[in-house]
Amino acid sequence: MSMRAALLGAVAALGIAPAAFAERGTDGEVKLTFPQAVSIMNPYLSGGTKDIYASSMVLEPLAGLDPDGNLITKLAAEIPTRENGGISEDLTSITWKLQPDLKWSDGTPVTADDAVFTWEYCTHPEGGCAQATKYEGVAKVEAVDPSTIKVTFSGPKPNPYTAFVGALSPVLQKAQFAACIGAAAPTCTDQNNMPIGTGPFKVTGFTVNDTVTMAMNENYRDPAKPAFASAVIKGGGDAEGSARAVMETGEFDYAWNTQIPPDSQAAMTAAGKGQFVVAFGTLVERLEMNLTDPSADLPEGERSTAKHPHPILSDIKVRTALSKAIDRSILVEVGYGAGGKPTCNVIPSPDAWASDNSGCIAQDMEGAKALLDEAGWTDSDGDGIRDKDGKKLSILYQTTVNPIRQDFQALIKDWWTELGVEVELKAIDPGVFFGGDAGSPDTFQKFYADVEMYANNSDNPDPETYLGQYQCKNAPSPENQWQGENINRFCDPAYDELHAKLTQTTDVAERQAIAKQLNDMVTKDSMTVIPLVHRGTLSAHSNTLGGVAINSWDTEMWNVADWFRVK
Amino acid sequence: MLTFTLRRLLLAIPTLLVISLVIFLLVDLAPGSPMSEIPLTVPPDVRQKMIEALGADQPVFVRYFLWLRQFFWVEPAYAFDSWFGTTLAEGEQRILSWQSRSPVFTIIGQRLPQTLIVIGTAYLVGILIALPIGIYSAYRQYSLFDQGGTLFAMIGFSVPTFFSGTLFIIIFAVWLGWFPTKYDTQLEVVDWATFWEQIRQMALPVMTLGLANAAAISRYMRSSMLDNMTMDYVRTARAKGMSERTVVLKHVLRNSLIPVVTVIALGIPSIFGGAIITENLFGVNGIGAALIGAIHASDLPMVQTLAFIFAVLIVLFNLIADILYGLLDPRIRYD
Repeated sequence: MSMRAALLGAVAALGIAPAAFAERGTDGEVKLTFPQAVSIMNPYLSGGTKDIYASSMVLEPLAGLDPDGNLITKLAAEIPTRENGGISEDLTSITWKLQPDLKWSDGTPVTADDAVFTWEYCTHPEGGCAQATKYEGVAKVEAVDPSTIKVTFSGPKPNPYTAFVGALSPVLQKAQFAACIGAAAPTCTDQNNMPIGTGPFKVTGFTVNDTVTMAMNENYRDPAKPAFASAVIKGGGDAEGSARAVMETGEFDYAWNTQIPPDSQAAMTAAGKGQFVVAFGTLVERLEMNLTDPSADLPEGERSTAKHPHPILSDIKVRTALSKAIDRSILVEVGYGAGGKPTCNVIPSPDAWASDNSGCIAQDMEGAKALLDEAGWTDSDGDGIRDKDGKKLSILYQTTVNPIRQDFQALIKDWWTELGVEVELKAIDPGVFFGGDAGSPDTFQKFYADVEMYANNSDNPDPETYLGQYQCKNAPSPENQWQGENINRFCDPAYDELHAKLTQTTDVAERQAIAKQLNDMVTKDSMTVIPLVHRGTLSAHSNTLGGVAINSWDTEMWNVADWFRVK
Repeated sequence: MLTFTLRRLLLAIPTLLVISLVIFLLVDLAPGSPMSEIPLTVPPDVRQKMIEALGADQPVFVRYFLWLRQFFWVEPAYAFDSWFGTTLAEGEQRILSWQSRSPVFTIIGQRLPQTLIVIGTAYLVGILIALPIGIYSAYRQYSLFDQGGTLFAMIGFSVPTFFSGTLFIIIFAVWLGWFPTKYDTQLEVVDWATFWEQIRQMALPVMTLGLANAAAISRYMRSSMLDNMTMDYVRTARAKGMSERTVVLKHVLRNSLIPVVTVIALGIPSIFGGAIITENLFGVNGIGAALIGAIHASDLPMVQTLAFIFAVLIVLFNLIADILYGLLDPRIRYD
């Protein structure tokens, strides 16, 4: 591990070193392409990753995260900790100091008032702020003096690095957005498309869902950066086309989100013009087991609710058998290539937070069959499908329309059929599946199926919020209009209790231990969630673009100021 | 002719109103939510707030009448204001896209030029290729040229643009490196160099679409020519000793063009509609790409407005085709 870290460090140093000698704006234009075009440059009004990444070249938070998930300063002079007095002893407040002489790209000074305004902007009840969770638990943000920001929480907050940390909660310029607060937020088209920021670039042109053109920010705090005089983000098309424009034709320098099949990855790499880079965050493709009965025979309003336990999947032996029958390495090989790894965890990284649970990696078909026999599911009528008390072992397995997911469905169906399980497949339009429309029977929350597959992740290396999803109270039901993230309807008082303990614990090592325990409770201990693949985000960059360090904890453009042209 | 035109125009008003209501209900009833592209890390209560801020939680008829008002009053007033400096639309809310929070008409304004240039050129190129092929194929029916023309048309018809487009990219951009694969919408033609750049970046999408357009029109042209070639007036013309050139290009062609012109006119609204697949493939980002993007994101105001504009264009060009018909063929008059 330390050897690997040392090598990585050496590579990073080599990569960054030439940039240190570069001068601002000497390397011409850097061209990026996103398969999904940028809709808006204000991350507070968009949850879309494309918009957040694009805006992160212009707007900056007080602190960000590096590729290892460590905090780094952006506008802040240093990271507040308990040791340096930045975090109060009772954990109820955090005090940030701005770097001296910070300027917006229009030349006006950055002050603590801008941060206070940003908090007011995002927490206004009529604003519809997409990043409201970043300011959850914040009682007050105040400007102690023009360069000091004090964030006070309504209670002790063991992880206070939420507000103003990361590309999801950058600081907006008060002068520009003052009239855009509340209900007026969506109507401020010019402000939302061309925000004034502190980042290495400033927006010079914006066409919706098409192109963002940017020029270097003359007022950027590091006088030697950025090396590029201008930048352009062209959107649209598909992952294949974006990857091709970097890897084969060389028209672009960087392509974000080039998730393409492994054989295409290899073919494009062979062209020799660029390379794929992959960052592993916490994104896990998983099978979710429905612990409640989705049967259509039940009255509407009782289907898939805690009232009726699942007739088949309530038995942990069946869930375990279904997991054992899967060969995750083949799934990775078929679907993701270098962009994926087999996993048994819902929290697969960072290493310090990930459980060492790897028992599911090896396929064990015989073991799975034995478990089903043990559970009483045997093929008594010889039709190849197991049954018990006259009921067939039959499963409806749903996911979204997506070529890789359909491949996965076919493979897993084969394995389960071998096991003696009858599998019916269903693929739903992603807009409907993730749409959350309470009137639709096909949302992932309603879960009118036995097993469903999708990917989810934690947007913070600290998984407290993410793990909170599996509390009893978060189960979607008619009472809460089918909203909630605990889609398995998993309910274990011990889990809730342990999660409550996590929210109170401040010691990092102890937090990590609890997180691992919680991870194990929903995975190997109860087989509620069957993780399949730890998915990375795959991007491509040209061999002539230097300084790229892909990051899964923050925006991939986190260090765009350090990018340079390899000559 | 004038009364006919007026009557048709007046009749178009209730037709379009019904169309607008039907589109609105269809789009609204379709499954999906404007929040479906938001990552799962955004919790449900925040999503609900975002929907409320968009006004997407209002009852369907409230939203429909609001849209009607915005479309027929606010937007024209806004356009009037920007031309004449008046303040008719002051303080009025324009139609905003849910996905980008930008006014829908601004987006259409940004996108129409590249759609018209690229798709329009492809249409023109298609016609210019199709007419000679159709004419000569009919004149020399079952000749080698005719067989070749039929093969060309079959390929154009049956090969989908996502395949031919990708094929062109691989041949002309990846292997030969002649043309770019991504269309630069920000390119301004100011001199010969940028003009050449524009031609190069238009080459692939125009080729892809031109092939498909030419295939269809050349078949119409051919069959229309064949119908006329056997007519009595053609025999008369030949008997009078006219040259083949005059017979074919003056007599037969003129008469054969009538149905072809109608077909061409009826195809014009599709230029405005853009080409969803081709635009996406080459990053032209015109109206077609906007429509499909909006449909994916359940961006109701954008889909509704675009679909309604297409409806208006189709009704309008049907009328134009009818009028053209009358002008080209003096035997047909509507009065």
